[in-house]
Amino acid sequence: MTESQVKSICMDESDVERTLTRIAHQILEVNHGANNLALVGIVTRGDVLAHELQDKIEAIEGVKVPLGSLDISFYRDDYTTYAPEVHATNIPFSINDKTIILVDDVLYTGRTIRAALDALMDLGRPARVQLAVLIDRGHRELPIHPDYVGKNVPTAENENVRLFLKATDGFTRVEILNIPKGGRPSSAPLSSSAQKASGAATTNNSARTPQSQNSTTDNQPNHQREGSTN
Amino acid sequence: MALLLKNIRVIDPQQNLDQVCDVIVRDGKYVQLGQDLSIPKGLTRDMTGHIMVPGLMDMHVHFRDPGFEEKEDIESGSRAAAHGGFTAVLQMPNTKPTIDNAAMVEYVNKRAEEVAKCRVYVSGACTVGREGKIMTEMGDMVRAGAVAFSDDGSGIADTGVMRRMMDYAHQFGTPILEHCQDKSLVGDGQVNEGAASTRLAVEGWPAAGEEVEIARDIELCRLTGTPLHIQHVTTAHGLDLIRQAKADGLPVTCEVTPHHLFLNENALDETYDTNLKVNPPLRTQADNDALVRGVIDGTVDCIVTDHAPHTAWEKDEEFERAPFGMTGLETSLGLVLTQLVNTGVIDYNRMIELMAINPRKILRLDPVTIAEGQTADFTIIDPDAEWVVSVDDFYSKGKNSGFIGAQLKGRATDTYVGGYATMEDGKVQ
Amino acid sequence: MAFNHYNLIDITELSRDDIMTVIHTAEAMKEVNQREIKQLPTLRGRTAVNLFTEHSTRTRSSFTLAEQRLSCSVLAVSGSSSSMTKGESLTDTIQTLNSYNIDLVVMRNSYAGSSVKVAQHTKAHVISAGEGKHVHPTQALLDLYTMWRKLGRLEGLHVGFVGDVSHSRVCGSLIPALKIMGADVTVIGPQTLLPDDPSVLGIDHVSEHLEEVLPDLDVIYTLRIQLERLETAPFPSLREYNMLYGITEERERLMRPDAVIMHPGPLNRGVEIDSYIADHPKRSLVLDQVFSGLCVRMAVIYLLMGGNDNGVVA
Repeated sequence: MTESQVKSICMDESDVERTLTRIAHQILEVNHGANNLALVGIVTRGDVLAHELQDKIEAIEGVKVPLGSLDISFYRDDYTTYAPEVHATNIPFSINDKTIILVDDVLYTGRTIRAALDALMDLGRPARVQLAVLIDRGHRELPIHPDYVGKNVPTAENENVRLFLKATDGFTRVEILNIPKGGRPSSAPLSSSAQKASGAATTNNSARTPQSQNSTTDNQPNHQREGSTN
Repeated sequence: MALLLKNIRVIDPQQNLDQVCDVIVRDGKYVQLGQDLSIPKGLTRDMTGHIMVPGLMDMHVHFRDPGFEEKEDIESGSRAAAHGGFTAVLQMPNTKPTIDNAAMVEYVNKRAEEVAKCRVYVSGACTVGREGKIMTEMGDMVRAGAVAFSDDGSGIADTGVMRRMMDYAHQFGTPILEHCQDKSLVGDGQVNEGAASTRLAVEGWPAAGEEVEIARDIELCRLTGTPLHIQHVTTAHGLDLIRQAKADGLPVTCEVTPHHLFLNENALDETYDTNLKVNPPLRTQADNDALVRGVIDGTVDCIVTDHAPHTAWEKDEEFERAPFGMTGLETSLGLVLTQLVNTGVIDYNRMIELMAINPRKILRLDPVTIAEGQTADFTIIDPDAEWVVSVDDFYSKGKNSGFIGAQLKGRATDTYVGGYATMEDGKVQ
Repeated sequence: MAFNHYNLIDITELSRDDIMTVIHTAEAMKEVNQREIKQLPTLRGRTAVNLFTEHSTRTRSSFTLAEQRLSCSVLAVSGSSSSMTKGESLTDTIQTLNSYNIDLVVMRNSYAGSSVKVAQHTKAHVISAGEGKHVHPTQALLDLYTMWRKLGRLEGLHVGFVGDVSHSRVCGSLIPALKIMGADVTVIGPQTLLPDDPSVLGIDHVSEHLEEVLPDLDVIYTLRIQLERLETAPFPSLREYNMLYGITEERERLMRPDAVIMHPGPLNRGVEIDSYIADHPKRSLVLDQVFSGLCVRMAVIYLLMGGNDNGVVA
């Protein structure tokens, strides 16, 4: 596989840090505090961002809001051409009547969010759902609009916006890359199957936490791998 | 009508003959063998590079006629025989109705006279309906032309019946051809018991299911003195029992098939190729090796095909439902030449013993030999012909060969029965 | 993760990683099956045919539920309702069904090789739901998943199968699967019930004496025992079978403290397993197996029917 060319770095670690702090403040401002809020991150990356937002909200408001992760594999509209690795959805609280902040890394076509909304609705009936994304790169194919945006990044269709996070990649950065011919646009490097193949069981009832899901993601970014639904 | 075959290598161990010469055939008999012969009129063919041997005989075929003509009939079966280089066959009696009386023997003989492209001899059944219970009118069938008796397709389970039948058959001098299969041991066995039956998870057909009856029948041969011919031996130990019986001086003979010589259970895989479902089943590599040793040392008397045609739709059924058997007439010689003669395991003389001389000896038929004044039943072989086994090439109605795609070297190009070509230059006449 | 399989018939075509992928996907399905809304839209508009030419209630229900929970349309064709009972060949049956442009065939058939034969005549994915006396891949996977959940590992587990190993579809698929995962396998029973050649399946040890091996086992897998015809029976009576090979309260004392009992169902209480063990809250995984079956079958269907571009690095 041809490796993508890094075109530019549009956010560094401190940019991401400051942006997340700002989004946390905005969420609290819009919702008049943390009451009845819950964070749901879309695997794999949105869940890590959601975790960081949970920490920031706790630092600001002194409240630890409920946190969950959502796998949208079963709700994708491109299952017939591309069946991604499945991660268990883990939302250890009732979403009924809560204000759900849906968190993803890069907003692109809007298809992932469409799938995420469907997935969410199968889990209950939230009072409202708001969408927080770190990057909005445009090129929407569905009428989806974010409530909180870290940064608007104008991109071409043959470019890829890729978020790296310290927790999963060892460093934090947002890169814009040129997609090699035949590659897929994607935002998250694929997680390694090495951990899954180890035969180690998760013996507690909940599925793996966002941390453990990504803890061995040290392989090279794979541009052909992730879907184009962002 | 005269025929002159020029420059042909004639091999006949019965005449101690192996030389390149010219052969003149007239009115169905050999007239002259010699150098630089010519005939005033008739057909002259230059057969340089070809080999002439006494007409091959397959003493174990199923022509399915009457009753199962959709699988094969005497016409198509005999055409397949001619195509494979055979001038004579012995038809087994498991037809519908069973060939268990003189009228049925006469039917086959008459039908063969009308349509057959080879000599068709008949084996009558040992017991009525091949049910293993009541003896058939063997005397009447012998008068009608039956040359042997067999309940081929199953063994005779009752030892007392087998003994009585052998005792009675003694007066006719005809051999009893026995398909050795102990029903209570074999049951619904599909493939060799052991690795294959475990791997394929179908019922096993144990080697002992064959050997137990071979051992029993050898003892009955010792008791009755009636010639016993063990059909399609497949196991090393079964062959050892026969070797010992021969050493004891008993009138015991046996046959093997090309598929038991050259195929084994390892060929069966998850595709469950029903063409490889045969009875007795394909055994192990060690058994293949033992059978080949038997072919070399003389324990094995002849190579037969157990030519068992079935329709495509029957063989398209699930493995456990599909019928047993594969065809063989059109592949047998090619396989024996490729696997045994070309490799130097046996020579042409031994091949001729196995495929032409011994079957007739066992059945007490007149020998077929290449000598002046003798009936001209002969087979011409092109030892250098390279060919690939293909269903398109078969004259048999049955396409169920386990050797489809095999690359062979050497085959019959011409077959003559009574001086007339049943196959000429690869084409059945 | 690359699960590049079109059909699931022969368990030995799966690698260790493939099996772990099934297990992890089943884990996601488990979460779905615990929701209030237990249905995913994934297979909307697709058609599955459950071609069961042999009686089955449990496996059939499990597959039907799995398909429905993935939003797949299900057509049930059973032996008694199909024209196969009127003498139609399997080839003709599948060609007929294939004309409906079906997407999945789940089939149970008593003849060995029938699934491969069906796969040759349809573009639909084929999953064997039990074939002959050796093929039952989803049973093997659900059992692995059950063991993995309960015991936390598969590698190094010592699993003992008690009973009619030679006629067991469970064994035919599960034993090779356990070997793929690095487990140790012992089979226990009279020689009349053991395979013709145990080594072919990868069996490590063979025993005719249950008491001798019980203390070594992590998993005791009891097989269903049936006594159909006395004349050809492989043992003289159910009573004697229970006496020699039944999993009884008395024998439970010989087991390791953490050893578990599995059984593919339906149970013959008092024959191969006593109620005390079958209902044992800590040891019996019988009902876990049933639930695992649903999760694993959903996982397998999901993995097989997804696009083939499923994460393969070119």
